Amino acid sequence: MQVTKPAVSMHGISKSFGAVQANKNVSLDINRGEVLALLGENGSGKTTLMNMLSGIYYPDSGYIEIDGKRVEIGSPKDAFDYGIGMIHQHFKLVNVFTATENIVLGLKDKGKFDLAAATSKIQQICDTYGFDVDPNQKVYDMSVSQKQTVEIVKVLYRGADLLILDEPTAVLTPQETDKLFAVLRNMRDDGKAIIIITHKLNEVKDISDRVAVLRKGEYVGEMVTSEATTAEMTNMMVGRQVTLNIDRPDPEMKYRMERIRVKNLTVKNREGVTKLDNVSFTAFTGEILGIAGISGSGQKELLEAIAGLQPVESGSIEYNVDDEQVEQLIGMDPLKIADMGVVLSFVPEDRLGMGLVGSMDLTDNMMLRSFRRGTSPLTNRKESRHLAELVVDELEVSTPSISTPVSKLSGGNVQKVLVGREIAAAPTVLLSAYAVRGLDVNSSYLIYDLLNRQKGNGVAVIYVGEDLDVLLELCDRILVLCGGKVSGIVDGRTTTKNEVGLMMTKLGGGDDQ
Amino acid sequence: MIHVVKRKEMPLAQSVAIRLGVIGVALVVCGIITAIATGLNPIGVYATMIQGSFGSPRKVWIMLQEVALLLCVSLALTPAFRMKFWNLGGEGQILAGGLASAACMILLGDKVPNAALIAIMFVASVAAGALWAAVPAFFKAKFNTNETLFTLMMNYVATQLVAFYVIVWENPKGSGTIGVINQQSSAGWLPTIAGNKHLLIVLLVALLTVGMYVYLNYSKQGYEISVVGESPSTARYVGIKVSKVIVRTLIISGALCGFAGMLLVGGSAHTLTTSIAAGRGFTAVMVAWLAKFNPLIMIGSSGLIEFMSHGASEIATTYGLNQSFGDILTGIILFFIIGTEFFITYRVVLSHNKGKSVEELG
Amino acid sequence: MFDFLITFFPRAVAQGIPLLFGCTGEIVTEKSGNLNLGIPGVMYVGGICGVIGSFLYERTLSDPSQINPVLGILIPLACCILGSLLMGLIYCFLTVTLRANQNVTGLAMTTFGVGVGNFFGGSLIKLTGADIPSISLTATSSLFRTTLPFAGATGWFGQLFLSYGFLAYVAILIAIGASFMLNRTRIGLQLRAVGENPATADAAGINITRYKYVATCAGCVIAGLGGLYFVMDYANGIWANDAFGDRGWLAIALVIFTIWRPGASIPASILFGGLYILHLFIPTGTDLAIKELYKMLPYVVTIVVLVLTSTRNKRENQPPESLGLPYFREDR
Repeated sequence: MQVTKPAVSMHGISKSFGAVQANKNVSLDINRGEVLALLGENGSGKTTLMNMLSGIYYPDSGYIEIDGKRVEIGSPKDAFDYGIGMIHQHFKLVNVFTATENIVLGLKDKGKFDLAAATSKIQQICDTYGFDVDPNQKVYDMSVSQKQTVEIVKVLYRGADLLILDEPTAVLTPQETDKLFAVLRNMRDDGKAIIIITHKLNEVKDISDRVAVLRKGEYVGEMVTSEATTAEMTNMMVGRQVTLNIDRPDPEMKYRMERIRVKNLTVKNREGVTKLDNVSFTAFTGEILGIAGISGSGQKELLEAIAGLQPVESGSIEYNVDDEQVEQLIGMDPLKIADMGVVLSFVPEDRLGMGLVGSMDLTDNMMLRSFRRGTSPLTNRKESRHLAELVVDELEVSTPSISTPVSKLSGGNVQKVLVGREIAAAPTVLLSAYAVRGLDVNSSYLIYDLLNRQKGNGVAVIYVGEDLDVLLELCDRILVLCGGKVSGIVDGRTTTKNEVGLMMTKLGGGDDQ
Repeated sequence: MIHVVKRKEMPLAQSVAIRLGVIGVALVVCGIITAIATGLNPIGVYATMIQGSFGSPRKVWIMLQEVALLLCVSLALTPAFRMKFWNLGGEGQILAGGLASAACMILLGDKVPNAALIAIMFVASVAAGALWAAVPAFFKAKFNTNETLFTLMMNYVATQLVAFYVIVWENPKGSGTIGVINQQSSAGWLPTIAGNKHLLIVLLVALLTVGMYVYLNYSKQGYEISVVGESPSTARYVGIKVSKVIVRTLIISGALCGFAGMLLVGGSAHTLTTSIAAGRGFTAVMVAWLAKFNPLIMIGSSGLIEFMSHGASEIATTYGLNQSFGDILTGIILFFIIGTEFFITYRVVLSHNKGKSVEELG
Repeated sequence: MFDFLITFFPRAVAQGIPLLFGCTGEIVTEKSGNLNLGIPGVMYVGGICGVIGSFLYERTLSDPSQINPVLGILIPLACCILGSLLMGLIYCFLTVTLRANQNVTGLAMTTFGVGVGNFFGGSLIKLTGADIPSISLTATSSLFRTTLPFAGATGWFGQLFLSYGFLAYVAILIAIGASFMLNRTRIGLQLRAVGENPATADAAGINITRYKYVATCAGCVIAGLGGLYFVMDYANGIWANDAFGDRGWLAIALVIFTIWRPGASIPASILFGGLYILHLFIPTGTDLAIKELYKMLPYVVTIVVLVLTSTRNKRENQPPESLGLPYFREDR
């Protein structure tokens, strides 16, 4: 195969959403006959970059060349016309359609519209590659892995030249993954260009020819897979272990007691997929328990189960009021938990979607937790206003006034408002998910400081994080989740980034418990 | 290529200026259309319209009462809309309330003292309106049944129910109408104040406006409504029971529509027909939406709509046009205002295929 | 019994045809994700535009009986289509291009459309200077009411199935065509995808804007024909203001009742037509008021169907998933 020009070149691509810069001046080449792995942490801009190839987004600046010719990809249709097919992480399927109907959707074959012919062609593809999918099955009846398969068959059916797969193996069994990789290798040998987005380094080693790495929206480099080690790839992805100088006071051992005991917790989502599998751990007062893991490993479900927002399959979550009194949190909603006298604060991942109301001002958002107080049918904004002023002052929230809708604030300030409110309740347990995501350095340090102060007050803090450097310097212990299971709990003071990184991608390796 | 992107934020003053400007442009367009239809000069058109709304004390009072009635229905629908529940059943809820009022007036007119009768009418009409809205709300909360379509259908069930009772209570027999109820005794008629029969309605609705403003902005329930409407998952996060709030809010919404029905039957029409709501249930949707669901601004938007309709009606009478002329003008103004929101929320970006220059439009 | 059927059925059909037009039009529209509550207004506009066209044409004739059959049908038909199409374009421009709220836009269209109908209706009535508040277009109507030549010769069969004007058959053909289009063609598949999940359809390379515009405008034209049928055929060419009544909303009820199936809307619209006129056939001596309760039936059964489909939760029977929602590709 003679390769002269890259199949696709991206030049100086930048894209931002409001104040968030998702990609910054990224240039990338993809050649025919190779599998390129696109590697990067959560939020490093991989999916956004690929969405600009598939026509979902349009770059703010920069341009794209195909076979050396400059092209405009203004819509997904344009992308198809250039032979680009993308398998999205979130399935792009119509639920009430059959597999076949979904696969032929948008195709403009000449001649009669013949679903039967399409069905047999799909069946043929499935037989060739060993996919287990019934072309006449409705999508809403399918398991997650079957839906994924339909997505892959869809792109195969269209015979795309450039195939983009966004974490395709996340929902596949190892056997299905092997089959998929066999297909991808065949396609590569046919001279097609393939980009695969994945976190799993063993899969990168297994399938790719070349690895390109993004970090914080920027392109940081690439390497030939066969010449690189897993450790090198990890380092490039997470960056060097840097010293952040985050304070980590030692826990007050005198008053240390067990606060939250999670035993054999199993949670399934609405589709019936197991998100937490037999999870057990204990959170102590006066310590920060970090939770590490690739995104979607069950962090969200874990926190929501403790907060009373997530139905639980089995297991128990116990709250120790003191040495004698123990409360069971399972089956409780947030109001009942509060009525039991448990002050549980929760800083959720989706700040404007769950923790705050974007169109309301600071005062009204402060009131979310406290508006029921008192017997008057009217709300009392006085305390909330004081609290808003206090939070604005103490946490240096940059806002025109406390009457500004929080959706108008920058991400960091939104987070300060949320954290400020949750801490003001003087909690005994503080759950936080990605508390510093999207925040600038100063705001991040402020949040770390707040968490440490809570720890000093004897609060049991559970900190779900994505930046391993922060987890390593902030947390007393780190629980690592992998695919909904606990792959280990390590001591934050003695563990290394590599150790945690490896535990995130495969089970085992912990030394504590 | 043309791309549309969301605006970061538009200053309040600018967005208000744009909206007022558009209403101005729409009025000019309406004036021109009227001028073409009547051969008048546009200035004369506006003069006639103002004449129609404010030409005499009587016209002013009628105008005020009509604004009050429309405003009452708009206020009623607002709590539901704030919760993102599309209550298009105002028409039916008004009819249910009006029917209950008329029933009390006819059946109890000579049996209980007038004050008690009016109290019973109030309770009955409010309960009837509430029931009419609670049914779709219950199914929405329980099974997520589409509330837009359900409330819409309830309108016609109410219409036919009223049609049924109109014939049952026919007076005189064979006329197909009820006629003025209790014409002799005036039992169940809302009292006049200082001889003015419009004033009570205006005062009641003014009170209601303030009350609704306070309820939505300063009460705990109003706060819950806003949270549920803006973000159901945040509501769950702080322990608000979403389905309870839906049903409770719709009971309030329907009850106030029922109250409007009582004002219509007991206060202004003193009779019951299937068309007594006169489309207010639908017009109020637009009034509330134009005011961004703010009760105080609704005074202005219902005033605008009633001004258009009275003004156009005056033009129609003076120049021998059809009364429906007002609906056309109202429609045109609404189209303009509806279209404007786009330019406040989004901006249009033109990017040229070759250069990187980005040009910004409105 | 059979005699009853022969008198009842044709009247149910005649009553059902405007509903069938409106329902088919609204189904095609809703399948694209647009909930067009302006349909009642569109049907008024369709009716009055046909009336205006034929009124102006009849005025040019010295003797209405000399009417040219081709022009006599084509002029009102073209006017009706044009008027309804314009309404569709207004709705699409506001809701698709400018992403305005569909409920508010639809209700404004209904206000506007009914206003247009009654205004021009009233103006034409004034022009004729007649004593009664209606316009009579007998010549045009006779063209629209022309039945098949052998309808009378085939006895009961002819009365039941052949005794209608051509627009009635057009309505049935359009419903069958729409059913075929939605279920058996590529365009139908793509249209349904747009209404179910526009983001997916968009990713599949389907032009969302174009599909929404075409489906909604086509839906408006179909619905507008219902208005034309009502005046020219059902009402014998007599336009009176507000005569069309609430049939537009009944058509929207029919959409829910048929669970978004144009094929089912053919018998369903006849059923609704029958329910609508059932009160005319109740035995004499029954309380007249009861007939008003009979008229409630179509709405009550619609509510029952709406509730049943939502409690059963069968995926195929739900409204299109994105019904009523605007689509913006870069929303996130």
